[in-house]
Amino acid sequence: MSLSNPTAYVDELTGENTDTDKLLVHLGLFTAVLLMALPILIALLVSTQQRGVITSPADLLPGSHMVHNYYTVMTDYNFAVYMWNSFVMSTIIVVGKLAISLLAALAIVYYRFPFKNLMFLLILFTLMLPVPVRFVPLFNIVTDLGWYNSMLALTIPYLASATTVFLLRQHFLSIPESIVETAKLDGVGPLKFLVYVLIPMSKGMLAGVSVIMFIYAWNQYLWPLVIIDSQSQQVTQVGITLLQGDIQAGELQWSIVMAGAIITLIPPLLALIAFRKPLLETFGVQQK
Amino acid sequence: MTEIQLTDITKRFEDVTAVNGIDLTIRDGEFLVLVGPSGCGKSTTLRMLSGLETVTDGSIHADDRELTHLEPRDRNVAMVFQNYALYPHMTAKRNMTFGMKSAGDYTDEEIESRVAEAASILDIEDLLGRKPKALSGGERQRVAIGRSLVRDPEYLLMDEPLSNLDAKLRIQMRAELSKLHEELETTTVYVTHDQTEAMTLGDRVAVMDAGELQQVARPQHLYDFPANRFVAEFIGSPAMNTVPVEVVEEGDAVYAVGEDVRVRLPETGGLEPLVGRTLEFGVRPEDLSQAAAAADNRVVANVSVTEPHGDRMLLHGDVDGTLMKFQISARSTLSGGERVEFGTDPDRLHLFDGETGEALYHSSTPEQDQAAETAAR
Repeated sequence: MSLSNPTAYVDELTGENTDTDKLLVHLGLFTAVLLMALPILIALLVSTQQRGVITSPADLLPGSHMVHNYYTVMTDYNFAVYMWNSFVMSTIIVVGKLAISLLAALAIVYYRFPFKNLMFLLILFTLMLPVPVRFVPLFNIVTDLGWYNSMLALTIPYLASATTVFLLRQHFLSIPESIVETAKLDGVGPLKFLVYVLIPMSKGMLAGVSVIMFIYAWNQYLWPLVIIDSQSQQVTQVGITLLQGDIQAGELQWSIVMAGAIITLIPPLLALIAFRKPLLETFGVQQK
Repeated sequence: MTEIQLTDITKRFEDVTAVNGIDLTIRDGEFLVLVGPSGCGKSTTLRMLSGLETVTDGSIHADDRELTHLEPRDRNVAMVFQNYALYPHMTAKRNMTFGMKSAGDYTDEEIESRVAEAASILDIEDLLGRKPKALSGGERQRVAIGRSLVRDPEYLLMDEPLSNLDAKLRIQMRAELSKLHEELETTTVYVTHDQTEAMTLGDRVAVMDAGELQQVARPQHLYDFPANRFVAEFIGSPAMNTVPVEVVEEGDAVYAVGEDVRVRLPETGGLEPLVGRTLEFGVRPEDLSQAAAAADNRVVANVSVTEPHGDRMLLHGDVDGTLMKFQISARSTLSGGERVEFGTDPDRLHLFDGETGEALYHSSTPEQDQAAETAAR
């Protein structure tokens, strides 16, 4: 590289090597993507086979039992019920969390009350307690309330969310003060302001947060495993393990297990695809 | 139609006093402009009028109703903000009606007719269906003004409503605001840091500095008879020149004298006690001209730079070690380094106390001025 000869320098930057460079970069990117997608790809492939036992690379070709496997999982192995339970649970958690967090954030941002910052800190503090730590006391409370093995047990403990309160608070703070003041001058009450101004102005944010919460709720595993013991109340994540156990008696049929896993994957994936734009906005990622 | 009375209004933020004991009457139907530099307390005063800011001390009355501690919604006041504060997800029309519907005092027909009326006054009928994003700055401001008008507030507050507009649009909106106020005659308090806006819009202008009211008067009065040096220098662009002089009596005349200055001061009755003191001599750049220079009316300047403005030229010159500005003809050939003699307009001279800044002398009296104004009509 020589600064006294700018053209040579430019050539060096844009020169003949470029094609090979690009090829290498793309090869690297492709490998990375493949590595990350591999488990799901294999699951997808296995779910189309009859037995799903892989002994040679030839076993990785798509099989012909896809429809049959998925049908069996949904009917014989009760997955339709699990999926429905998961869906109801996730929806209740999302809606409940949003409602509670919106009110909490509204109070924190727009009201003056004593120890406001301390309250907010206490809410944030709950983030520092990992869920498994709370399992035993939570289990006691829930069974004492007689909620064992019910939808209440699956949803109520998850309705409070410090993360959501925090995200909404930050978003509300970014709304110009003068808009709030205009509403005050107009005599718009707090709930009306929430419903007609804040929520519409936070639509993208709320959609993004909902997707995250939905996926989080959908992927609950440990808590449902502990608190639910009937198949008719069980959720799909636990259903996958049940699938494994059910079949273990005979010959473990991986193709069925993988079909269950893939089915379980679909709703969060759809949610992600449908709400990818607001989701990116939520995290402040600029899209071209 | 409302007269607003501020009595000894004070606002303290912890150890900072933002507004310090203001007494002010805003007359029924008046357009009063609060003007001052950043941080002078003008916006805080406005916000106390709106109820968005609490009052530390003093009282606010509208006619005979005490407003001091009322919530904003109980004051029947509307406010226009600098950033318009339109709800971004609502159409212009919905923006205008949202507050009315919340108040609940209006029937649907009333709302329709009021919006239609405001829209026609502001010429925004075609924009009612659009959302703020699809409106230009000027259009947004119109909608914001429309929103404040439809509720027929007792008084209207405006917080630098033109600051976000470009220069050309600002001048246009300024004229429209004047016209609008003439039509509606709503008692209006308008906050700005722009003295031109204050002069052009206000029936009266209240100049504030450091949380205190400096002077409240008609714009021309403010310009001609500033109560103190701060007002003199704040109102008018370029600002009034001040230069220290000795007040000297020679024969039967009184002169303002410095090394480069010798100006005979017309007797208005108040000069006697000032003789012998060192004061600040104030004269506006446009009241200085080469043609007026004479033996007992001269200000000598060492030219440092000239600034052409197209319609005039501004000359910066050194007078007794103080930088003064002179307004000269646009096509003058004067240039840096020259020594030039100017004369003053004898009716437009001021003397200020160097310490307190208080105006001690104006070379014409307000009475004369008002008489002249009446005669001119």
